[in-house]
Amino acid sequence: MDLTHSPADEEFRAEARAWLRAHVPRVPLPSLETAEGFAAHRAWEAELAADRWSVVSWPRRYGGRDAGLLRWLVFEEEYWAAGAPGRVGQNGVGLLAPTLFAYGTPEQRARVLPPMATGEVVWAQAWSEPEAGSDLAALTSRAVRANGGWRLRGQKTWSSRAAFADRAFGLFRSEAAASAPHQGLTYLMFDLRAPGVTVRPIGRLDGKPAFAELFLDDVFVPDEDVIGEPGQGWRIAMSTTGDERGLTLRSPGRFLAAAARLRELWRAQGSPEHARARVADAVIGARAYQLFAYAAASRILDGGRLGPESSMNKVFWSELDLALHETALDLLGAEGELADGAWSEGYVFALAGPIYAGTNEIQRNIVAERLLGLPKGRR
Amino acid sequence: MHFALDAEQRAFADALHAMLTAADTPAVIRAWSRGDHAPGRALWSRLAGAGVFALAVPQGYGGLGLLPVDLAVAFVELGRHAVPGPLAETVGAAVLLGEPPLARRFLPGLAAGADLATVAAPGGYAVDGDAASLRLCPAPDGLYRAADPGPVRRSLDPARRLTRLSPAGDLLCRDAPYDRALAWIRLATAAQALGTGLALLDRTVAHVRRRTQFGVPIGSFQAVGHRLADAKTALEFARPLVFGAAVSMRPAEVAAAKLTACEAAYRTARTALHLHGAIGYTAEYDLSLWLTKARALHAAWGTPQQCRDLVLAAGL
Repeated sequence: MDLTHSPADEEFRAEARAWLRAHVPRVPLPSLETAEGFAAHRAWEAELAADRWSVVSWPRRYGGRDAGLLRWLVFEEEYWAAGAPGRVGQNGVGLLAPTLFAYGTPEQRARVLPPMATGEVVWAQAWSEPEAGSDLAALTSRAVRANGGWRLRGQKTWSSRAAFADRAFGLFRSEAAASAPHQGLTYLMFDLRAPGVTVRPIGRLDGKPAFAELFLDDVFVPDEDVIGEPGQGWRIAMSTTGDERGLTLRSPGRFLAAAARLRELWRAQGSPEHARARVADAVIGARAYQLFAYAAASRILDGGRLGPESSMNKVFWSELDLALHETALDLLGAEGELADGAWSEGYVFALAGPIYAGTNEIQRNIVAERLLGLPKGRR
Repeated sequence: MHFALDAEQRAFADALHAMLTAADTPAVIRAWSRGDHAPGRALWSRLAGAGVFALAVPQGYGGLGLLPVDLAVAFVELGRHAVPGPLAETVGAAVLLGEPPLARRFLPGLAAGADLATVAAPGGYAVDGDAASLRLCPAPDGLYRAADPGPVRRSLDPARRLTRLSPAGDLLCRDAPYDRALAWIRLATAAQALGTGLALLDRTVAHVRRRTQFGVPIGSFQAVGHRLADAKTALEFARPLVFGAAVSMRPAEVAAAKLTACEAAYRTARTALHLHGAIGYTAEYDLSLWLTKARALHAAWGTPQQCRDLVLAAGL
């Protein structure tokens, strides 16, 4: 067992650290979930991309640095430790790009990935529908065959970033007579400004339009924007949920930085006894998450798979994130109630963690059935 | 960077698991609890033969060198099978006595399994003082070897026989490496707790798959499955802390591992007890041997508060 990085990876770390020190904005950017903040975060992505720091794990031809999993973990540690801004392109980079690498055509990758890397095109996800949340396969929005492509009809909701994003990706029912709910679905990309698309922003708990409803009224999508085979969308969408994505959705660096900030806050407040245990547990939790990620990365590099273990990951980080932010608000006392406090936005964001990307109950079902081998029960 | 056990370490774990499965440890534990140490000592010799105690002993003294990762591998298996005896304490004694001239005198016997050692916890009890041939009592002025174990008091874990040692008798040395020994004892305890939790989880999963109520296995109910999923998650996130601590042996990392592994094992014990229902609440059912150990290890060699203080003082 070896927890030391190679000299080459340490050199990479030093290079990232130096760049971030020179470029990270001294004053935090306005909230990502406002028009002004969205634009500022988009500009930050362009600045990162100009020196190939926006998507380090991608191949060079799409704007990356060919960084392996370990180097990506190193970059993330430096990125969040530097206090750098949140990533407006996360949905595209974390969800769509891995799908394109696995199932996209060379033409799709060449067309979609470079503008994603620079923030020129920001992607929103379009999975959930009013009657299809945890039971995603119950979705009813349709893709109907049209000349040279498809026409989308229906409604998507809880579409993160869609209030200000440019394009979206999601699943649509393309075969009316499929034998099972998860069959006959097609994975499509579409333009949020195309004729027939209505975007209705939704204010999250703090009122900021962090997500939106999408009304789709005969929206034309050309064949070139179908990912993989029509009808195979479910398999395509699910095949990348377990593996690396389970590791890369939320990097350990983010929580290590937050836990370090929490420890500083606790000390600045005079190390109050009432929060001692919770601060220590946040520090330990962030370290556990980091080591879990290094173990998972080592397994993947040995040719193994992560699979359903990523469900434990999701439960763990979402609960850690919430506990960490709640502790910070408690430490702040009366100041913790302020909507523009240093921890407020992070707290509101953390509240959503146990719900999105598969609720924690769905994840526990997966752990129970697929890791522990318990019999499948009624949902 | 390669944070995974190698093939040899995995084979070592498998070999210990096979040996301990065949050894019928519940019968050994029950005999030990009654003060009949013979089956436990026989098992101890076999563990020593497999090299378990040699992992904390330098090569010049009959050991394999100081190998904390391999020691953690072994102690996960000892915990998984609830092996009785002063296991972590014998490791601690090997570290306390690791310098010459004491090393020459004591380490070969510890590595070979001829001697069982216990160490008095600060202000507390020594485990299995009646079974140990070497009873160490660290004091401010040095390390004492207690001649008399004193009367045995019963632990909530019947396999742990507690005695109180007094810092008198043979003064072995003035400056034993107590902090280093404590880190080794804590690491061993953390790994043992992790193994205890893993065994509790396995047994409970088997139970809820078998036990039917309302016409279906109770493991098909979400209320049951989700508790076990949480136990699994807690244990699997404690595991990298335990091995990360073994790699660095930094006291704060070891404390974090000890706290987290013991919390995970204890939460799993609560879940195991609850999901077994009334049968789990009986002394007769073997589950009790793991349930009670999870509680005892939780407080042994560093309370949660002491561990958290170390983490906050030094950082991770």
